[in-house]
Amino acid sequence: MTRRAVRWVDQRTASAPLLRKALRYLFPDHWSFLLGEVALYAFVVLVATGIYLTFFFVDSTKEVVFRGDYYPALYGQRMSEAYESVVHLSLAVHAGLLIRQTHHWAANVFIAAIVLHLFRIFFTGAYRKPRELTYWLGVTMLMLALLEAYMGYSLVDDLMSGMGLVIGYSVGLSLPFVGQNLMNWLFDGMFPGSANLWPRMYIAHVLIFPILIGLLLGAHLLLVALRHHTQFRRKKAQTERTIVGVPAWPGQAPRSLGLMVGTAGFLFLLGGLVQINPIWLWGPYHTYSSTNGAQPDWYLGWLIGGLRLMPGFDLTIAGYTLVPNPFWGGAAFPLIVFGFLYFWPWLERRFTGDHAFHNLLDRPRDAPVRTAIGIGMISWVFLVFLAGASDRVNVTFGIGYVSQIWIYRVVVWVLPVLFGFVAWWTCRELQASEVVVQERHAAEAEARLARMRRRHEPPGDPGALES
Amino acid sequence: MSRVRNAIVSGLVLLLGRRRRRRPSEEETRLVPALPPNPAAELAVLGLLGLSSLSAVGFILIYAFADSVPAATPLLGATIGLAFLFLAAALVVVGLKLVPTEEIAEEYPPHEHPGEQQVIAELMDESGTRFTRARLFKLGLLGAGGTLGLAALAPAVSFGPLFHVGDFLRTPWRRGRRLVDENGKPYKASDIAEKDFYLAFPEGTSDEQKNQMAASLVVIRLPPHELHLPPHLKGYDANGILAYSRICTHAGCAITLYRAPLFQPDEPRPALVCPCHYSTFDPATGGTVTFGPAGRDLPLLPLYVDSSGYLRAKGNFDGPVGPSWWGVRLWKAQP
Repeated sequence: MTRRAVRWVDQRTASAPLLRKALRYLFPDHWSFLLGEVALYAFVVLVATGIYLTFFFVDSTKEVVFRGDYYPALYGQRMSEAYESVVHLSLAVHAGLLIRQTHHWAANVFIAAIVLHLFRIFFTGAYRKPRELTYWLGVTMLMLALLEAYMGYSLVDDLMSGMGLVIGYSVGLSLPFVGQNLMNWLFDGMFPGSANLWPRMYIAHVLIFPILIGLLLGAHLLLVALRHHTQFRRKKAQTERTIVGVPAWPGQAPRSLGLMVGTAGFLFLLGGLVQINPIWLWGPYHTYSSTNGAQPDWYLGWLIGGLRLMPGFDLTIAGYTLVPNPFWGGAAFPLIVFGFLYFWPWLERRFTGDHAFHNLLDRPRDAPVRTAIGIGMISWVFLVFLAGASDRVNVTFGIGYVSQIWIYRVVVWVLPVLFGFVAWWTCRELQASEVVVQERHAAEAEARLARMRRRHEPPGDPGALES
Repeated sequence: MSRVRNAIVSGLVLLLGRRRRRRPSEEETRLVPALPPNPAAELAVLGLLGLSSLSAVGFILIYAFADSVPAATPLLGATIGLAFLFLAAALVVVGLKLVPTEEIAEEYPPHEHPGEQQVIAELMDESGTRFTRARLFKLGLLGAGGTLGLAALAPAVSFGPLFHVGDFLRTPWRRGRRLVDENGKPYKASDIAEKDFYLAFPEGTSDEQKNQMAASLVVIRLPPHELHLPPHLKGYDANGILAYSRICTHAGCAITLYRAPLFQPDEPRPALVCPCHYSTFDPATGGTVTFGPAGRDLPLLPLYVDSSGYLRAKGNFDGPVGPSWWGVRLWKAQP
């Protein structure tokens, strides 16, 4: 029966050799290798739930008056058709809110999984030759995912999304020399733009960006498979030349499928049980309305932190404004972070002179300088992220907002250096303790050997060994 | 009766019965190692699959009767989520307990394939030997490709007015235009109280025009002795009533916080605050930035009170409205 099916497929596709290879593809066993898979499966959930949402969403900013009897609080208010359609989907369509919230949660988990996957890749040196291309594709996907999520958040056209959109517009406007023309072109006029903006943003969100991410994802996975997985050196047999792992079939397949289905289940549980972005409470957006205490989704927290931390000045020379303020926190900061990510493999090669092939992974302690720089960068971005939540801290704990900002303006530069140094020192200590253990093992082995030799030594000459 | 019994027995056999495995003969070679059966794990998998089905059916039922179910969304999420999670658990048990997960060793692919590299390079090089002016040819190819690429991109210029940026300076405000509230009711000077703030638009604007960045104002009143407007803004207030642009000069959010000083020692001065990044402007000194990331003063609209007591614009803002762009300080707001 099985053989007949295989034969049918092979005769028509000539794919048996390829399939055989795929079924026996080896997966080295380590929990941290699953982070990228979680991102992949979150993407699957995003596409599936997103398709459902497109059947209800209206990509228009035409103003209408809300007449839904299912939500009296908004009755009679002027709002865009886009916002009206999402309120309707959320409150009047069976399972509509579940799908929308699951989509939103999946976006948050998608980016979180990519970031954690990136941490794993960075701290184990998995990006080194021959896997630089795979790494650059991954970093590019992270960037696209951030833009994609931002557009999805903006499309709803509730008060929060409008505030987010105008901030993004202002950051674009602040780009030196090109900003004004670029944003005028992109928005088809000054903010809030023309009626063309929404259909364009919509098609970018539901077609162009998903296809781009999908293509890069395909290339990313193809490259992983062509060069095979990296592995930790956990067994003697695991070397630069030999990979040891569980084959895709039968060992790995049920586990990976289980992870996929489990990710979906977890996201639907979140989507059903944990409220996210209750847009009917925010109300519609108009350029003249805003609300206090607004927080973006977590993955944009670092940018709002960067924008809030900047001291107030526009770089102006003799009355000519070169760089308006939002550029620093909203454009320069992410450019530096992504620039670092793109150039890091090259930088490391430059300073270590390491041009060798690497299939074996480092543990973080094996490369103290890399680990220190990574910890420094992460804590820099994370502290700026925390600064973005200062207003909530102010409300919750009563610590003055202005004093918090001044403290952050100092510590975002001091603490990363300190943390980086602590990380470096910890790595060195761990290495040193390993040397001690190794020496002890070596000494013990030598003693054992000596004892054995003594036992096999011909009797009659014991004195020679005693001394 | 016996048919029923037969059905039950066969059902039980189907559910619980395990086919007796043929003991593999010694000479039979296998790709996947033979392991003894694990009845407990098999039973667990069956149970988990059953629970998954139950949850899925529960989801369908709740969906069908969602109108009469209070809090349908959490129940829908719980049932569909559990259906997925039970299935995931079944798969994981299969992976860990029922299929062999032995590790295999294999060579990594070779670092490179010099033979193939050589062939590819030769194919490329030898194919072009008929071209005597290779350099010129490459230049021509590059030119054609480049211009064609530009031509393909050119229609994208129609997206929006790339060079026509005059709208950035245009505002709906003219001398004599009255200030009205959200419903179109004109403001009288006597409507504006101290320690409160008001949203205002130019009279006669449509709902769509109200969304233009230069349309909306935040109007406040300060006691005249607290006012310290710089020389170039002298006379912009109407007896202490000030009308600032409502759009923050930092990132374009609406200024919807007004701090009238209630706690003298901490916050001694009145302030207009944007809730996006907490840019703080001093209305008494002409909208100067006192804290936060804004780099430019808040534009001020000059006002006067007409003979009937209504608030009217005396002219245009003292600077461009909205978030800054390069060269913003060279320009003035225009009618």
